[in-house]
Amino acid sequence: MSVELDVFVGNTTIMDKEVYQLWLNGYTVNDAVKVRIEGGVMEECEASAEVLLSDTMDQFRTFQMCERLLQNPAKLANQLLFQIPPDRQAMLIERYYAFDDDVVREVLGKKLSKGTKKDLDDVSAKTGITLKSCRRQFDNFKRVFKVVEELKGPLVENIKQHFLLPDQLARDYAAIVFFANNRFETGKKKLQYLTFQDFAFCAGQLINNWTVGAVDNMVEDMDVDLDKEFLQDLKDLKILITDKDLLDQHKSLVCVALRGKTKVFNEMEANFKNLSRGLVNIAAKLTNTKDVRDFFIDLVEKFIEPCKSDKWTATDVNLYLTHYTNSAHILDTFKHQNVWTRYMGVIKSCILRMYHE
Amino acid sequence: MPGKLKAKIVAGRHLPVMDRASDLTDAFVEVKFGNTTFKTDVYPKSLNPQWNSEWFKFEVDDEDLQDEPLQITVLDHDTYSANDAIGKVYIDIDPLLSSEAATVISGWFPIYDTIHGIRGEINVLVKVELFNDLNRFRQSSCGVKFFCTTSIPRCYRAVMVHGFVEELVVNEDPEYQWIDRIRTPRASNEARQRLISLMSGELQRKIGLKVLEMGGNAVVGYLQCFDLEGESGLVVRAIGTACTLDKLSNTYTPATAINPCNSSPSKDIKDSPQAVPSALGCRSTHSSPVHSASSRLSQGFSVSVPTLLFAGMGSGGSAGKEAGPLKALLRQQTQTALEQREFPFFTLTSFPPGFLLHVGGVVSARSVKLLDRIHNPDEPETRDAWWEEIRQEIKSHAKALGCHAVVGYSESTSICEEVCILSASGTAAILSSRFMQDSALDTEHRFEDLMSPGCAFCHIPYDELNMPFPAQLTYCHCCRRYKVPDVLFTTIDLPTEANVTGKGCLIQARLCRTKKKAQGEGNATAISNLLPFLEYELHTQLMNKLKLRSMNALFGLRIQISVGENMLLGLASATGVYLTALPSPGGIQIAGKTPSDITYEQHISNMQKKINDTIAKNKELYEINPPDLVEEVIGSPIPEPRQRSRLFRSHSESSDEVSELDLSHGKKDAFVLEIDDTDAVEDIHSLLTDAPTPPGFYSCNTEIMPGIYNWTSALQMFTSVRVFRLSNVNLTNQGLNKVFNDLCENLLKSLYFKLRSMVPCCLCHVNFTVAVPEDELIQVAVTAVAMSFDKDQTQENGRQSIDKNLMKAITENEDQLQFPLELSAESSSNPLNSAKGLSEVSGPLPSARAPSVDYSSFTDRCSSWIEQLRLKAHTIRCGSIKTMSSLEKASPLPEGRSRSLRSNRSYAGSSVTVVKMTPLSFIPGTKIIKYLGIINMFFIRETTSLREEGGVSGFLHSFIAEVFAMVRAHVAALGGNAVVSYNMKECVFMENPNKNQAQCLINVSGDAVIFVRESELEATPPQPHSASAQTSSSGEGT
Repeated sequence: MSVELDVFVGNTTIMDKEVYQLWLNGYTVNDAVKVRIEGGVMEECEASAEVLLSDTMDQFRTFQMCERLLQNPAKLANQLLFQIPPDRQAMLIERYYAFDDDVVREVLGKKLSKGTKKDLDDVSAKTGITLKSCRRQFDNFKRVFKVVEELKGPLVENIKQHFLLPDQLARDYAAIVFFANNRFETGKKKLQYLTFQDFAFCAGQLINNWTVGAVDNMVEDMDVDLDKEFLQDLKDLKILITDKDLLDQHKSLVCVALRGKTKVFNEMEANFKNLSRGLVNIAAKLTNTKDVRDFFIDLVEKFIEPCKSDKWTATDVNLYLTHYTNSAHILDTFKHQNVWTRYMGVIKSCILRMYHE
Repeated sequence: MPGKLKAKIVAGRHLPVMDRASDLTDAFVEVKFGNTTFKTDVYPKSLNPQWNSEWFKFEVDDEDLQDEPLQITVLDHDTYSANDAIGKVYIDIDPLLSSEAATVISGWFPIYDTIHGIRGEINVLVKVELFNDLNRFRQSSCGVKFFCTTSIPRCYRAVMVHGFVEELVVNEDPEYQWIDRIRTPRASNEARQRLISLMSGELQRKIGLKVLEMGGNAVVGYLQCFDLEGESGLVVRAIGTACTLDKLSNTYTPATAINPCNSSPSKDIKDSPQAVPSALGCRSTHSSPVHSASSRLSQGFSVSVPTLLFAGMGSGGSAGKEAGPLKALLRQQTQTALEQREFPFFTLTSFPPGFLLHVGGVVSARSVKLLDRIHNPDEPETRDAWWEEIRQEIKSHAKALGCHAVVGYSESTSICEEVCILSASGTAAILSSRFMQDSALDTEHRFEDLMSPGCAFCHIPYDELNMPFPAQLTYCHCCRRYKVPDVLFTTIDLPTEANVTGKGCLIQARLCRTKKKAQGEGNATAISNLLPFLEYELHTQLMNKLKLRSMNALFGLRIQISVGENMLLGLASATGVYLTALPSPGGIQIAGKTPSDITYEQHISNMQKKINDTIAKNKELYEINPPDLVEEVIGSPIPEPRQRSRLFRSHSESSDEVSELDLSHGKKDAFVLEIDDTDAVEDIHSLLTDAPTPPGFYSCNTEIMPGIYNWTSALQMFTSVRVFRLSNVNLTNQGLNKVFNDLCENLLKSLYFKLRSMVPCCLCHVNFTVAVPEDELIQVAVTAVAMSFDKDQTQENGRQSIDKNLMKAITENEDQLQFPLELSAESSSNPLNSAKGLSEVSGPLPSARAPSVDYSSFTDRCSSWIEQLRLKAHTIRCGSIKTMSSLEKASPLPEGRSRSLRSNRSYAGSSVTVVKMTPLSFIPGTKIIKYLGIINMFFIRETTSLREEGGVSGFLHSFIAEVFAMVRAHVAALGGNAVVSYNMKECVFMENPNKNQAQCLINVSGDAVIFVRESELEATPPQPHSASAQTSSSGEGT
């Protein structure tokens, strides 16, 4: 004897946030029921396990039916099948597109392909997040990527508009898309200490300053691809390290400015040329796609690690980079002021963000 | 050419991908009305086509306008092969035919396919231009308004209530036609949907004609049902109450006495109730089917089943004099008038103030019929005759109760294979005569002065010296002038003026009985033999549960009997209340049969204790603290509580138990439940296992819950369906009962859990329907609305303010309400009806007249049964005068855990019009400013990939959601924002998991309305949203 069919349909679709989260987390109905029982909802409402099971199944079914719409959030607002109040709709969408930093960290910068999707069971094992949830998150990344790939206009705005996401979440997705598009290497051991939020911050910097969109806001892929012209111009910065005079001049300007202001002055002075070479070389190589991918690893190897081994504090780094940037402007023979500002602005904020003490 | 229908196809959206290669669709639209079809251009390669077509014009008769739906088919153009259908939209244009309803239909409609469900949406504009047609022999009845609402619709006043209208049409079911073997399931489903749509239109038109003939302009309480008789055909039938309604305008118009009814008191005055030789309040009728001799086609087979008449039972009351003459006179006047009509029935369940005078009790009739193929769709006489019989029976029951009218009347069927149970029930009542003639006015006023309005309807209508059944009468606890019964059962809503103590609650009696599988007449006989017992036990259960809750009246009683191949299901639902006017019910006392055994006694006293505890708890829960009347009562001629009341199980046939058992429990007035067999033990057990509603929840199956007044605007209508499979083949009655009972209880528990965020809240209009779709399946469907109420406000305040509002509303209405019941001799008899009646008598088809029409012989066959009942009459006594315990104290309500999720009700900014749905006739905190027309929709959904659609649950879940969506879309297109009196009349679900197939039919109805919040109403004058305001931007036609 068994209940063969059990449905509940409300004119206003009833959705319990807690159950929704369990569904999003990829729980099976039975696991979700267990979690709910542990959560004490039974005592609270005098319900039996049976009731809880029925409710959970029913809601999971509702979510499943809604999933098709959630994948195209704009449809959710003008579909007729489910009557859902707008604030609920917003909640559903936001939570559906929410992701675990741990999961996204694993796939960040990877090609959003079937191959990557197949590796999700490793991600699941590593993060302890169910495979189902990993897949949903991955599919979300891919879906957003596919949609905005072909759109004109600002990336974040496009994401907001097409997926009705709140600002912060849209920015995170922009970062993910940006990383996937440029295939930045983030998986190397040396980069493991960086969180998704670190990268998202850097992505924001790059999008706002280094992409085509930073100068022209009506071209395709404007926020996804780096500004080729700018990258080309970056080659000109090489003069800062190839011209011996300029290099010395730059060094002495920075040393004068920093003397007495930092405890690591000696290390800085000794390392100046190395550090400067590192940063300028990164700039000069960015025309090369392969080197773009290694951008972050380069920053770590060429700058962050040397400073770390000399025990610089974040304040030291900040001080150094500020004066390093500004001093170049005083150099008479250095003509590439604009490119330098555009370059160093991003480099500085990225390094500061990536410099964990 | 009396009408021009214009349609314009604007755009589509979210269309499915029909061309896999391009992931796009080349869509075009066919617009069909009658035999005329128009096509739009193909809009290539788009899932969001913008056709923006010209106006397609159909010049048609208004008869067709009423019958036919506008059929819109969306197709995918294919150059090389046949065009693929994407889906269809049927638009009922009836609302456009009434000047007061909608003026335009405009909006997004879901494109529906019976195999795939909703596939995108289409934006359509429809208008109708009607030309005046003065042809008095016309076949159309354009302009007659239909309402599902079973009360006078909120923004109308009743000028006149003409009475009962009924009609039925029959046809062959396309599903069973030979062509069905060669056509696709889709084609067959669509043929069915279309046919039923046509038949509904025709039915409505015919009913409309009857209304026009009676001089009315509207049908209230319109109830349309389908009988899927399978091989034998398809019946669509409808009943309603014809009225003349006037729209309430802001400018006050003095009521005009349009119809000075002329039933004069000089007309032959019949002495009201005939004494009926029936026992214990169970009136039974029976017509002998003589089936042994009937070797002719089984069509003539019919068993009319003995029927219980629930008027409330009581032990013999004493005679008491009352101020009768006035009352008698009035009754005679009304009765005379009502007797003119064939069926003085009213489908209304609530009434304008002063209309309902007295309530006798529930009358019901059932009849078991064998179905046979409908040979000629144009002659539905057989079915007509069947219903005629039933109605006659109901009428005679009402008469026996001293009543001249039946209110809260409804009809239903249950079909299994070729057996069909027809049921009808209502509440016998006496209606006011004041609206019938001028001469009555004087006496009426005097008469009314004598009565306190809150109790008048409880006063017995029958002659107490000549009671139709032994009832225990007492003087009314409110006015102390008139007699009232100890228990009152009705099918109507609680009258607004009723004095109620405490709160009410949903009471259900559930019963399952096994039946041997049989064929044809044998089957029908078996069923009709089982039915009386089923009804009797349901009644017993209801009574016990009522007592257990310390209540004394049932409202909204609805008994559903469902027949399957190997079982019968009975489900009775009602809302129990404590009517202040009626005596307080006694407790329940358990009596053991063999008092010698000590452990047994122990057991009994334990149970007794449990029951007493439950009663005390319930009193607290429902706040039943009637004023202690014992002292006052002493002086009044209350009958001596001499007789011991005792309840016997119907199965405990031992009639020798009659002898008085003097158990010294000291509670002489209590309702005694005797345990003499295992059944009884179980009975008591099931009594006690009904779980109480969780804190913060109330439930009822009527429109409003007595004792709750301060509703918030939060409401949630829902439908829940469960199907239970009985895999144990050899189930006993008890086992089945338990399964069925658990199924219902668990369903309720789930509902409470689901809706916990709305606490404190009340489930209103809880409507259960049960079915036995297959051998081992039991299906239970519930539709109800959960409404939150404000608890912070003190109960008293709430009550007062509402009372004030109510009074205001009442007086407001009263001012404008002249309510002459049209009962004049000329208008009362419906020419059509009588004509048909005649033709029936002389009809060429003898088989069309079932033998059961012979009422004179109705006592023959079931005399044995009546004998049984009579025997029990000595033993079944209930009711008492004294309250059993005086422990009750005003207790604060259990605190509900109020989670404020109610904030989610702000829908601002949604691009889709929010449409509220409710089975009630109103939405709290709002005012209905316009009725846009009736919604009556029938859908079929079928799948051949059940597993892929999420199994049976997934399939039905999406189908119900789709039905809701389509109802909402139609309402929004009419310019409305709510459906009131929503009802899911049919939900037939069939599955074949082995073949991965399932099919479901759903029929829903309701009234589309525009409401405005009362707060808004005060701020700004009501401004009906015109439908065009709802038109989407792209929908603005030129």
